[in-house]
Amino acid sequence: MPINKVVASFDEAVADMQDGAVVLVGGFGPIASTPSRLLEAVSKLKVKNLTVVSNSGGFGIEVWGEHDVEVLHRTGQMKKHIVSAPVNQWVENTLEKRYRAGEVEIEMVAQGTMAERIRAAKAGLGGILTPVGVDTALEKGKEVKEINGKKYLLELAIKADYALIRAHKADRWGNLVYRGTSRTFNATMAGAARVTIVEVDQVVELGELNPEEIVTPGVLVNRVVVR
Amino acid sequence: MTEKERIDEQTQALRVAREFEDGMVVNLGIGTPTLCSNFVPTGKEVLFHSENGALGFGEVYTTGEGDPNLVNASGQAVKSQPGMSVFEHAESFAIIRGGFIDITVMGGLQVSEKGDLANWLIPKRQVGTIGGAMDLACCAKRVIIIMSHVAKDGSYKIVKKCSYPLTASHCVDLIVTDIAVIEVTGHGLVLKEVAPGWTAEEIQRLTEPTLIIAPDCHEISF
Repeated sequence: MPINKVVASFDEAVADMQDGAVVLVGGFGPIASTPSRLLEAVSKLKVKNLTVVSNSGGFGIEVWGEHDVEVLHRTGQMKKHIVSAPVNQWVENTLEKRYRAGEVEIEMVAQGTMAERIRAAKAGLGGILTPVGVDTALEKGKEVKEINGKKYLLELAIKADYALIRAHKADRWGNLVYRGTSRTFNATMAGAARVTIVEVDQVVELGELNPEEIVTPGVLVNRVVVR
Repeated sequence: MTEKERIDEQTQALRVAREFEDGMVVNLGIGTPTLCSNFVPTGKEVLFHSENGALGFGEVYTTGEGDPNLVNASGQAVKSQPGMSVFEHAESFAIIRGGFIDITVMGGLQVSEKGDLANWLIPKRQVGTIGGAMDLACCAKRVIIIMSHVAKDGSYKIVKKCSYPLTASHCVDLIVTDIAVIEVTGHGLVLKEVAPGWTAEEIQRLTEPTLIIAPDCHEISF
């Protein structure tokens, strides 16, 4: 039977998510690189106690006209947010309100460390050693290794159940290309979870994507849904 | 003391941009640092890196046009230009941690006399944003901080020891404030330039650690 990773709807794509799942959410912050429809579909599920990993804490549909990761705070489905940029200087977002109310746990991560902890999981590694965070609050509770006189923190791989990502085009094998700066955490997270689901603008015939331009090889992707 | 005139953010950015040299890779933080891209010395080819995965992009669109799929770390649409490249996040931070960034320019809440930087969390706010700041402060070849010399409440921002949570230790190389340019050295903080009308003594009064006055300390010139 021919490989076909394309599923009919966003609802169908996320339907098997369970309570307590660890979910990677791609993008950087701006809506163009955010898997908005996948997040909306998750927000309609009954699942709760999610641990979400994303760069941004989310701004909300009022800012963008589409949902970002903020919707999972709005619904109260998230119990823990592993995040590098949870809040911003302009508005108090839903995450900040929930955090102050004691409704959600935040794990702060330096952005590059987040990228490598995710990439490590994808690459079958247990963790990485980074100099970033040494002498800071992020050192607390972590093993410090000294290599050639320089200190590094042992940062563990983030093993996830789902990666929700956004790309521009896909084929039925799950090969992906992205537009401009929208690779960000999307390409990093592809393949870093048990199930990687990608929201795309367009599905094209096999062979239409130039192999030299494919950023994410299809083997890293499980499900494709068109916006 | 009557309130003396301080240099504005544009002028601070102009001063920082004088540090950019031909062929350098420069990362600009959110806020005032982004202004530095407007002041690249004529004829110099400087490549700007943005943590969200772009290198060698052009000017920021100021009119709300542009492609939402081509943005800088502040989310502003930028112009494409020949030679530009885009990449995913792990690659972007490999570029940062791998030592390929010649200069990073960012804001600061506190800088200590040893060059420790605190710029991600004001304790009373409980939450803050790290973003790429720790990676950049830790691993860029040169860290330049652009900030006001003292806090809004008049407290020191250039301090003996940071009271706010650190972004990275021993990382800052140069501080460009609204009244002074100070270099962080192994011997201490060296006052190199002062804003027009300001004396070294006046700047010392607004700085907690003792400043070393450079023998050629002079008025900031452009």
